[in-house]
Amino acid sequence: MTSSAGRLSLWLLLTPFVLWIVLLVLVPHLQMLRVSFQVRESWDTIAWGVEQYQNFFTESYYWRTFVRTGVMSLFTTLLTLLVAFPIAWYIARMARGRAKGILFMACLIPFWASELVRTYGWMILLRESGLFSSWLQALGWADGPVEMLYNDVAVIIGLVYNGLLFMVVPLVTTLDGMDENLVEAGYDLGGGHGTVLREIIVPWAMPGIISGCIVVFMLTLGSYLTPVLMGGKDSAWFTEQIFTQFITRFNWEQGAALGVLLLVLSSVMVWLGLKLSGQSLRKVMG
Amino acid sequence: MIRSVPRSRLFDGLYLAYLVAFFVYLALPLLVTAAFAFNDSPFPSLPWQGFTLDWYLADGTEGRTGLFHDDGLLSALWVSCKIAFWVTLASVGLGCVNAVLFERLQFRGKEFLYLLMLLPLVIPGVILGVSILVFYSGTANEVSRLWGLELDMFRPGMTLVVMGQVTFITTLATLVIGARLRKFDPQLEEAALNLGATPLVAWFTVTLPWLMPSIFGAAAMAFLMSFENFNTTVMLTGSDTPLTVALFNRLREGSTPVLNAVALFLMVLSALLALLTLRQNRGE
Repeated sequence: MTSSAGRLSLWLLLTPFVLWIVLLVLVPHLQMLRVSFQVRESWDTIAWGVEQYQNFFTESYYWRTFVRTGVMSLFTTLLTLLVAFPIAWYIARMARGRAKGILFMACLIPFWASELVRTYGWMILLRESGLFSSWLQALGWADGPVEMLYNDVAVIIGLVYNGLLFMVVPLVTTLDGMDENLVEAGYDLGGGHGTVLREIIVPWAMPGIISGCIVVFMLTLGSYLTPVLMGGKDSAWFTEQIFTQFITRFNWEQGAALGVLLLVLSSVMVWLGLKLSGQSLRKVMG
Repeated sequence: MIRSVPRSRLFDGLYLAYLVAFFVYLALPLLVTAAFAFNDSPFPSLPWQGFTLDWYLADGTEGRTGLFHDDGLLSALWVSCKIAFWVTLASVGLGCVNAVLFERLQFRGKEFLYLLMLLPLVIPGVILGVSILVFYSGTANEVSRLWGLELDMFRPGMTLVVMGQVTFITTLATLVIGARLRKFDPQLEEAALNLGATPLVAWFTVTLPWLMPSIFGAAAMAFLMSFENFNTTVMLTGSDTPLTVALFNRLREGSTPVLNAVALFLMVLSALLALLTLRQNRGE
């Protein structure tokens, strides 16, 4: 190929990519940032200002929900890691042959259903007229219907359920590549279970742990269905507020500001995760 | 904790119990949802009243309307199919081009562009939807106000939903197809060129057939992701609501076994698609 033909094909291939990334990602996000600094003075005049961001800090309802969403997402991520790790370990290191493939597939099955279907399943199980309540009554452990839905615990159960796959898969992938001699050597040198886990297994699994945690945190922070459908009156999620500003109140300026704040929070957390673990986005995602 | 290290009976027992509990936790919500699609009772809850197909087949004459006679849900299903079709077409097409761009060509700033390509994965879906709404719908409003021109395609509706979903599904398609292209032996293509094929012929007869399984896989994934997406879609949808949004609205009014019927229908559909891709990949 001559160099001019090479250049031509580069431009031909680059154009769709640039159109996609500029028109669907960069420009819309920059516009959202711009709108978040616009203050509407009357129906057709706008000025520049930080009023929307001031609202966020002065209205305690906004920033409380923001902090709550962040903290609960962190907690959910850690819980998902704790729940998923033994499973991933079993699939990667203890199961053999067919069992390994079948168990791995079984982890994927729930994710053939959409988030809405999964959440609906949990609602049928947990609500007052739900299965758990009926079973408790049948066993004589409860006198009347028990409401288990519409509280924070229910939300976390649902969120962990939604995140599991994205934790199990990267963990299995990294643990699969580990050399068992390392673990044996750890025991031979007199390490207990705790020491081996802390000094050998966790450091080895770190890339998987980080990529799992980043994806689960992102998904949890940005989730909307599960907190709305399973949460109670006091368990507002930050995405709900963005939705309310845009769709219910038509206050795009405030909604854009809240959106920017959520985006900043998620980017900072992803960046921190990568920095603390010395990973790069390319290694974790690609 | 590995096979070669002795473990106590108690530890093994506990571990096994945990595994069983975990898989019950995974399966229970879906099994329950599926089962209640056939319960002969107007509410999806116990007690079990017997088996019925009413929630699929009833035509509304006895106060029950099954899924196949529910015009609202059926038209939502059709809207979802149309959206998923366009999203699949666009994102797989873009994914192919991007994969070739990043796996086969060398150019300055490639590393930076690759990071940009990954960006949509680390943006929450709600924000992707909101930003597209703000830019396109806002622009449509401005154009209408300044010049009286109506750009209806940029109002909330199907076009915007397709655009919003293409934003992040393209990244996933690029990763799937790129992973396969990385394993391709460029010598095969060189051989074709040496034997007198033009670059275009070599691409269509050698490289593209090699990529086919990953293109199928990416297409199935794109279709599913689009069909099931809620977070981005809900911000951009207009009067023609897709299935997930229609289901969500119904769910807020109260649940009926028709919702279970739709849920089971969706599960079977996704399972079939997933099995199809698995078989396709195994055949290779």
